[in-house]
Amino acid sequence: MKRRDFLQMAGMGLGAGLLAQVPLIGNAIPIETPWYTIDVTKKKELADAALNAARSKGATYTDVRIGRYLNQFIITREDKVENIVNTESYGIGIRVIAGGSWGFASTDKMDKDSIAKTAALAVAIAKENARLLTTPVELAPQKGYGEVSWKAPIERNAFDVPVKEKADLLLSVNDAALKGGANYIGSYMFLVNEQKYFASSDGSYIDQDIHRIWPTFQITKIDAATGKFETRNALSAPRGMGYEYLMPRESDKIKGVTTLYRNRYDMLEDARQGAAQVGEKMKAKSVEPGKYDLILDPSHLWLTIHESVGHPTELDRVLGYEANFAGTSFLTLDKWQSKNFNFGSPLVNIVADKTQPGSLGAVGYDDEGVGTQKWDLIKNGVLVNYQTIRDQAHIIGLNHSQGCCYAQGWGDVQFQRMPNVSLQPGAGKLSPAEMIKNVEKGIFIAGDGSFSIDQQRYNFQFGGQLYYEIKNGQIVGMLKDVAYQSNTQEFWNSCKAIADESDYRLGGSFFDGKGQPSQSSAVSHGSSTARFNGVNVINTARKI
Amino acid sequence: MAILKQEEAKALLQKVLSYSKADECEASLRGSEGGNIRYARNAISTAGDISTMSLSVTATFGKKSGTATINEFDDSALKRVVQRAEELARLAPENPEYMPLRGPAEFKIAKQYIDATAAITPDSRAEAVANSIAVAKEANLEAAGYVENTTGFNAVSNSKGLFAYETSTDVVFTITTRNSAGTGSGFAARGFNDVKKLDTVSATKIAAAKANSSAAAKAIEPGKYTVILEPVAATYMLENMFRGLDARSADEGRSFMSKQGGGNRLGEQLMDEKVTIYSDPFHPDLPASTWNREGFPLEKTKWIDKGVVKNLAYSQYWAQQKGVQPVPTPSNIIMEGGDASLEELIKSTERGILVSRLWYIRLVDAQTLLLTGLTRDGTFYIENGVIKHPVKNFRFNESPVIMLNNVEALGKTERSVSIESYRSYLIPPMKIRDFTFTSLSDAV
Repeated sequence: MKRRDFLQMAGMGLGAGLLAQVPLIGNAIPIETPWYTIDVTKKKELADAALNAARSKGATYTDVRIGRYLNQFIITREDKVENIVNTESYGIGIRVIAGGSWGFASTDKMDKDSIAKTAALAVAIAKENARLLTTPVELAPQKGYGEVSWKAPIERNAFDVPVKEKADLLLSVNDAALKGGANYIGSYMFLVNEQKYFASSDGSYIDQDIHRIWPTFQITKIDAATGKFETRNALSAPRGMGYEYLMPRESDKIKGVTTLYRNRYDMLEDARQGAAQVGEKMKAKSVEPGKYDLILDPSHLWLTIHESVGHPTELDRVLGYEANFAGTSFLTLDKWQSKNFNFGSPLVNIVADKTQPGSLGAVGYDDEGVGTQKWDLIKNGVLVNYQTIRDQAHIIGLNHSQGCCYAQGWGDVQFQRMPNVSLQPGAGKLSPAEMIKNVEKGIFIAGDGSFSIDQQRYNFQFGGQLYYEIKNGQIVGMLKDVAYQSNTQEFWNSCKAIADESDYRLGGSFFDGKGQPSQSSAVSHGSSTARFNGVNVINTARKI
Repeated sequence: MAILKQEEAKALLQKVLSYSKADECEASLRGSEGGNIRYARNAISTAGDISTMSLSVTATFGKKSGTATINEFDDSALKRVVQRAEELARLAPENPEYMPLRGPAEFKIAKQYIDATAAITPDSRAEAVANSIAVAKEANLEAAGYVENTTGFNAVSNSKGLFAYETSTDVVFTITTRNSAGTGSGFAARGFNDVKKLDTVSATKIAAAKANSSAAAKAIEPGKYTVILEPVAATYMLENMFRGLDARSADEGRSFMSKQGGGNRLGEQLMDEKVTIYSDPFHPDLPASTWNREGFPLEKTKWIDKGVVKNLAYSQYWAQQKGVQPVPTPSNIIMEGGDASLEELIKSTERGILVSRLWYIRLVDAQTLLLTGLTRDGTFYIENGVIKHPVKNFRFNESPVIMLNNVEALGKTERSVSIESYRSYLIPPMKIRDFTFTSLSDAV
């Protein structure tokens, strides 16, 4: 199912802008299915059937992913539950090297005969591809781990929470927004459980259980007389957590001009506040275009990090493997080899991390059986590394993969996907409030909005949810029609302050798209509030 | 197994419906099989085949519905999926917007299925790629491209006796060629029901010519320019607007189709009179679905007629609320063009920019449908009717509604693919005045 078919199925039209990146999903399954898991002994048997069949057909390397992917989407608007969609997808994907080339095939027929035939098909495809081979695949060495497992450290499995409890929460959120003066609200809960089993001819048998959650909403306020409307989206983040994310805790709230959330989210409070703010937005002053110092909250900055740091440091993009779709990268190998490419100001330290608890990217092992890691991408403003996988690691002189391989489902071939990429907090003690005190002419932006960046990741434009004007160290009121345009290197060099660790929070994308056929992946980006000086702000108001 | 014949699908759906005790029950089947091959750096990177089929059952008691889906098809699995849909329906809250299922109807067939496309093999995909790579190598360029073919069927049946069935085939090809210095890039995209219309060699030649002629681009100041959008650029820009041709969001006051003071813009002259946009599932160059999920037949429908908003889509529920006839969401979109060739459009331009392709278009403001995005893969400066030189890429901030008010001329309509959804459209190249570029990009 394509994203937009899903949008239509879910009854969400163009207004649901925040859901522009809805995923490919599996087959819907009934709500009351017990959330069983497949016995690991059975998975090993099936995996061995594939490994043996591929080897006998001439594969020199094989990996097998047996996946059971569960999704639950609850979709409401105003006082109605519009749809509850449960999906399950169970099957096997087999990837081989034969004749020096990759081949891949998958099936949802989970008997040993079908699996053996699928393995043979993967080998046949590899041999076909080998006809056009220029350089044989070179895999970074990876020792087998034997039989191991990893589970996401969740406190409450969201799939065990009764559907009614989840739907009631969304309806109470809607009620709060409508009582607060909103005309419309759509609220949504997306839950994901990936039960993944990986086996390879290197001798790994890895069983993993991964959970993700994303509660969100969009509030709309209309002024029929003028024909104007404004929206305000939730300030939640998608997380690699269980239902505990939706159990609010005062210690996880950051109170200020708007309440922001750390590791627990108060959806009701955010809806109440959102309803009031969307009313304020209607009356807000339209921004005067020009240069401003921007104070960017982590609920906003994550997307700028994602687009301007996460994507250009993907090695496959740098090498040209994504040239036909997502694009290439301005961070060419010569810039990395020079060891002094000035990506940002010396304050800018950015890490890749597949181990961070509660993040969307956290797993024990990636989808080619490599243990996950943490490493520097930008160190004191200088480009020092990329993100890569087994068949490209040698290109940057690594003798191991960085564990960035991922496939969205059993039916999709795994490839390089972004780990969590995060801006490190500032070293000295600094709060966002203190940061704002020193700004003469600026804008504080919270929440993610419109986003666009070129195919080599130089020129970007971002909007947000809430814009507050700063004058002489004080927030003086709300602005609207704001977007900023910059160039990646210029922007990160204008980073003049980063708040300390106590302000660090994760944002992220549930549905990051890449590849052909396009695959979705989930990834987090952490930061503390940061200041960027003299950024170009445009006014986006138009009349039709 | 993934592609059932009409009789097989009908028999399976009838069996499913016979298991239901609900007030109303609808069952639908969807299956597809196909394959893809991806290449980069003049070599194949990945390739695969996939085949899937799934059954979805919606059971309703009163106004309470539940949906369950399964990808197993033995009798016990079929009984289980019905039972689970019914259990869920009993648990579900009442949906005040539930509309009763519709009874039998006749649906004409559009020729979406072509045998030759269904017969594509891994071998023929690899062959198409080999030919494309050879063209790129000859032009001293690196090719990255993608070929995907899909054969699919959809069938639906319900307890009121409705049955509909369709099959389709689709093949999509996209190609990017770049020079080794990274200073020139070209692109082409093709999408057809019939693989016999796909020529990967000529498409790669076009991409190669763009790559070689776009090298050494000069920077010119951003601002308002007359632009000529090639069909692939125009398609991507307009696709964002086509999805908003909906009455409900307009009536609710939250769409670019909302009218000041309430209601929608039906009957309003919203665009230049050269603009006519319609849908027609029976158009021979763009066959599409002839029925929708609610069980309505799709016919030729005008959406924008000489710039006037002629129709907006009404769901069954919204039509009932507003006391009008339902208007199904279209399954394809066709924009009428003119007689001019692309060359003639260029020749008639005193000063302007030729845009080969647009990239990363996102909504900035839903109120005005303001979009932002960038040019890519061949942007050229035109002076006195001739292409003078390539220019560096721009970021634009523009609304397709404003753009279609500023139409200077339209070329001949041709089949074009959206580079984001991979859906095909019939769209002309178009010359637009006062298109707003807001900054420069160093990207190639």
